[in-house]
Amino acid sequence: MSILVDKSTKVIVQGFTGRQGSFHAEQCIRYGTQIVGGVTPGRGGESHLQRPVFNTVRDAVASVDANASMIYVPAAYAADAILEAAAAGIRVIACITEGIPVHDMLRVKGSLAYYDAILIGPNCPGVITPGECKIGIMPGHIHEHGSVGIVSRSGTLTYEAVKQITDVGLGQSTCVGIGGDPIQGLSFIDVLQRFEQDPQTKGIVMVGEIGGTSEEAAAEFIQSHVRKPVVAYIAGVTAPAGKRMGHAGAIISGGKGTARDKFMALEKAGVATVRSPADIGSTMNELIVG
Amino acid sequence: MNLHEFQAKHLFSRFGIPVPRGYLVRSAAEARKAAERLGGERWVVKAQVHAGARGKGGGIKLVKSLDELTRCAESMLGSRLVTPQTGTGGLPVDAVLIEEGLAITREIYLSALVDRMSNRVLLLGSAAGGIDIEEVAAKHPQQILSARANPIAGLQPYQCRELAFGLGLEGKQVGELVKIMLNLYRCFIALDLSLIEINPLILTAQDELLALDAKINVDDNAVAIGRQPEIADMRDTSQEDEAEIRAAEHGLSYITLGGNIGCMVNGAGLAMATMDVIKLYGGEPANFLDVGGGTNAQRVAEAFKIICASPNVKAILVNIFGGIVRCDMIAEGIINAVKGVGVKVPVVVRLEGTNVERGKQLLAQSELDIIAASNLADGAQRAVAAVGR
Repeated sequence: MSILVDKSTKVIVQGFTGRQGSFHAEQCIRYGTQIVGGVTPGRGGESHLQRPVFNTVRDAVASVDANASMIYVPAAYAADAILEAAAAGIRVIACITEGIPVHDMLRVKGSLAYYDAILIGPNCPGVITPGECKIGIMPGHIHEHGSVGIVSRSGTLTYEAVKQITDVGLGQSTCVGIGGDPIQGLSFIDVLQRFEQDPQTKGIVMVGEIGGTSEEAAAEFIQSHVRKPVVAYIAGVTAPAGKRMGHAGAIISGGKGTARDKFMALEKAGVATVRSPADIGSTMNELIVG
Repeated sequence: MNLHEFQAKHLFSRFGIPVPRGYLVRSAAEARKAAERLGGERWVVKAQVHAGARGKGGGIKLVKSLDELTRCAESMLGSRLVTPQTGTGGLPVDAVLIEEGLAITREIYLSALVDRMSNRVLLLGSAAGGIDIEEVAAKHPQQILSARANPIAGLQPYQCRELAFGLGLEGKQVGELVKIMLNLYRCFIALDLSLIEINPLILTAQDELLALDAKINVDDNAVAIGRQPEIADMRDTSQEDEAEIRAAEHGLSYITLGGNIGCMVNGAGLAMATMDVIKLYGGEPANFLDVGGGTNAQRVAEAFKIICASPNVKAILVNIFGGIVRCDMIAEGIINAVKGVGVKVPVVVRLEGTNVERGKQLLAQSELDIIAASNLADGAQRAVAAVGR
């Protein structure tokens, strides 16, 4: 078992024929993901990477029975692409696109409530169940099938955690990048809940960062609902207030969203926190293996 | 992106949010003319900078004669205003706003922002206007009233009425506030804003509500995709950090910090983590710099130039988690950049990803002052040691 995606997941790529879409679709195919086709409006009927191109997501769902989508559509059109996927009946939507206007995401969030779809991201590396299905831009080779669930707001910092978990020999059940934007699909809590219920997952790594209060909310959830060991790291102890640290959502405003508050909340909830991301692997190993 | 007060007020007027009468001026002579045109006996001179708490820094002055006004405008214009929010260098004052002095009977706080927890636009109001709202939120949270707008239906008049009555407004003031709030929401949505703050919204002796101050932040993503061309033209780069502007032009995300270890990292989260680990080992990061998830040699070279432009930098830590990107290619990029830019300080490089061994080998053979690190912690320790040597 894993969460969200596995070897039966059938994935389409929105923005399939673009530079980013093509490159990462090819990487996913090499990894073994079932990429069953893609969507580029106006190019329906063509073939790309030996797979069919469709004009609409609805066509793709009807023809190749896709149930997941990976979105590389440019920021100006990405919100539309997410809602198109949801309306066509896609269950898992991973939006990789960075730079979507926040008002577009407010409308997407408000509309998604009417569909049976799960949004991952945007502005995220995607989701991977090692050895089964990779949907996104993460380097597949650093992952190993195993027992640790990873959830993170960051991209490369997630890879850092993944590599350490692989190096200590634990491997990952599923890794979910929830993205660095202020308005996002799956939250820490949504993913923690799934990891807690997943029998393959024995421990959870949570990587947060400054901005917002979702780590504090996750801490409360862990205290009352999570029995599995959790290791957490928060990036941005040295970040100055009022400055956006790369990610749209990484900003300390009005004294809220500091790394210090997040570490404190997590420690209060009994989470094993680490002050250096270099300690994530060894700490998890101690908790699971002893 | 931030706007000046005068720009925000100009937008307010267009969206039907009343503001005091006033003129933007760039010289003392213009200031005098503006005051004469406004008439009356009291005026307010307001320095236009991208920072709050201007009053505490002497950037907002009430004047009671034309001579006092001229002197005040003269001293502000061309100076740098330091407030608790600007840092010690302050920000340049190129223009001041001259406004009519008003008789104020009440001050209210009103704002709109994107609320990450509810995924809604959140409107906040407080009867405790004109003071530090964060302090009110911390000490007396019950004094802050809120309304969340459904993103599909929009803000509803009843929500505004609830807030107006909650603030203790009465008679025609209630209808006025409802109108202001609905217009404010319309402005927020139409212009892709991430924050509007009116502190204070005043009630005058004539029973009128006016936005005495105006702060607007715009969603950078909406500006970047070209959806708000008029707002994009309002950008005032004189209020921003030069290195940050230059970095942004090259697709780099850069923020100046106070320390002496320059950082170059791919990915925002890893970049923050790198700064934190430097601090953990007793060093101080000189900057935040994200060269982007999938970086290339040209960006690396530009990043070196920007880092080296700061005289404070005594060592540089490069931390690249290549992933799909090949490490030997990144190593070549680093070597060429260090040679090309003429980097004079030690460079510690931590590489991870495809072809990492080949990448490390290239760095070792380069005969440059490049120190290879085996992981993030090792890299940070070596960078801290390099500063001390």
